[in-house]
Amino acid sequence: MGRLIVVAEIKNYTINFGPAHPAAHGVLRLVLELDGEVVVRADPHIGLLHRGTEKLCETRTWLQSVPYMDRLDYMSMMCNEHAYCLAIERLLGQDVPLRAQYIRVMMDEVTRILNHLLNVGAQALDIGAMTMVLYTFREREDLMDVYEALTGARMHAAYYRPGGVYRDLPDRMPKYQQNKFKNADDIKVLNKARDGSLLDFIDDFTQRFPGYVDDYETLLTDNRIWKQRTVGIGVVSPERALQLGLTGPMLRGSGVEWDLRKKQPYEVYDQLDFDIPVGTNGDCYDRYLVRIEEMRQSNLIIRQCIEWLRANPGPVITDNHKVAPPSREAMKSNMEELIHHFKLFTEGMHVPAGEAYAAIEHPKGEFGVWAVSDGANKPYRIKLRSPGFAHLSAVNEMMTGHMIADVTAIIGTIDLVLGDTDR
Amino acid sequence: MSDKLDRLAQQLEGQLGSRISQTICRLGELTIEVAPAQYLAVAHGLRDHPALKFEQLIDLSGIDYSEFTGWQGKRFGVVSQLMSLTHNWRLRIRVFADDEEFPVLPSVTEIWNSANWYEREAFDLFGIHFDGHSDLRRMLTDYGFVGHPFRKDFPIFGYVEMRYDAEQKRVVYQPVTIEPREVTPRIVREEQYGKANSRG
Repeated sequence: MGRLIVVAEIKNYTINFGPAHPAAHGVLRLVLELDGEVVVRADPHIGLLHRGTEKLCETRTWLQSVPYMDRLDYMSMMCNEHAYCLAIERLLGQDVPLRAQYIRVMMDEVTRILNHLLNVGAQALDIGAMTMVLYTFREREDLMDVYEALTGARMHAAYYRPGGVYRDLPDRMPKYQQNKFKNADDIKVLNKARDGSLLDFIDDFTQRFPGYVDDYETLLTDNRIWKQRTVGIGVVSPERALQLGLTGPMLRGSGVEWDLRKKQPYEVYDQLDFDIPVGTNGDCYDRYLVRIEEMRQSNLIIRQCIEWLRANPGPVITDNHKVAPPSREAMKSNMEELIHHFKLFTEGMHVPAGEAYAAIEHPKGEFGVWAVSDGANKPYRIKLRSPGFAHLSAVNEMMTGHMIADVTAIIGTIDLVLGDTDR
Repeated sequence: MSDKLDRLAQQLEGQLGSRISQTICRLGELTIEVAPAQYLAVAHGLRDHPALKFEQLIDLSGIDYSEFTGWQGKRFGVVSQLMSLTHNWRLRIRVFADDEEFPVLPSVTEIWNSANWYEREAFDLFGIHFDGHSDLRRMLTDYGFVGHPFRKDFPIFGYVEMRYDAEQKRVVYQPVTIEPREVTPRIVREEQYGKANSRG
């Protein structure tokens, strides 16, 4: 008789990704609406790491808030401090000694390498290339040692100050010591680069690093599986990238040639020689290539800074004692310096009424600080423009139409750190 | 630099002059203030006019001016940072909400899509409503949170805290037990403070 037609009723269903998923890069909660395996809608729920940094800044003096900046994007600590200090310096009209500017630029680029190493390694790990993260973390270890030798902290540096940096580069690197796990021969290998100053150690690193980047590229760039998982995934056109507020490698991956270090140079970037890599397709693979090339360029910038810093000793923080403290020696022998020191650390500096927006090319994109002062010793309002927030808001558009397995690839490519998204 | 700002200020004056209530140029940055009724028209002009071309909305943020020293104006404002990649210009645009009890402003999400989350954030933290926003949910605070924490009258310690109740075997809310404290008081010095002749 007649044919029987069976109509299966297929409903979209919703799954919850995170907030404690290993590929969520922290505490991101994604509510995914799926049609089979295809993502129809992705709704990120953020705020699980919201600490109210901006409100906390309003209750602390200008100087006391510097360490909060480290805890925003905890993968590129010094860059956050940099934007905050630039905003205060602009409000104060304060100049920064040239040597401090070079140190800042050098440490910004060290931070950029740190951040991109984590990103490339973790994204590869998310998509299944387990080895990458082991290699990238090997190099991160060296750069963490740079952080430690310079500031005493491996992550939360609190090194930049309004008016300069906290102290000059140290003359020697800490060394490994013999213990029951490591004998004299092991120690010798580990300490090979640590005989000289910090600059010698970074110099040695920059000579080794291009070779390491070649290694990463052998592992990933022509890797068939890596390309299958990233080429054509999460494509953003240049027009949409601008509309969605993407900045940094996310924008350059889409083919827009835009880098604040070139276009609106701050500190001494206009005196340094480097190139800006730009992608063409705007997919995850191009953004990966952009980041790899940025690491090579950062390496070049660091080398130029080392050369300059070796030749030009000088002060690293301003001698305006309304902004920066006097030296310990001066403080203990001079009444006026003692008063300056006391006033600066009890009451804090007074920043003239006004507002300023300072932006830097953070490893993830444009990191901006909008600081409003009413003349008090505390900010009236600090607004932190974090690149991650804008990038995450674009996730819905990037994920829609992709398979559920691509969700991790896209989270990896936007270089998500919830500390700076949630603030 | 100031040359460039002058050119931008001239362009703004020429293209949108009658719609802008105030133009402020300080510290190498340009700020314009507009009335809520002109906000959308100005935003359209800023994005589309070939001499302005602000393609990107970098940031949008709420602000509560109620405790600003010497403030006479309205309480709630929304401030956006715009950037033009074509001309390499930055501009800040500020608009104040008329009603302090129920601040409402038009939404610019249709003009710059990136405003979507920023407006949700401003709604969450300051209680500013955006007319025309398609999805005005809370963004950063907890599910079921009451109040708008970045308003100046909201205490830094909040009103409620969370703890695990062993008897009920669940997490419960209770009034905060932290005592408010201020380590460094907030001080605004008079203009002549610290100057040699301040007593004279």
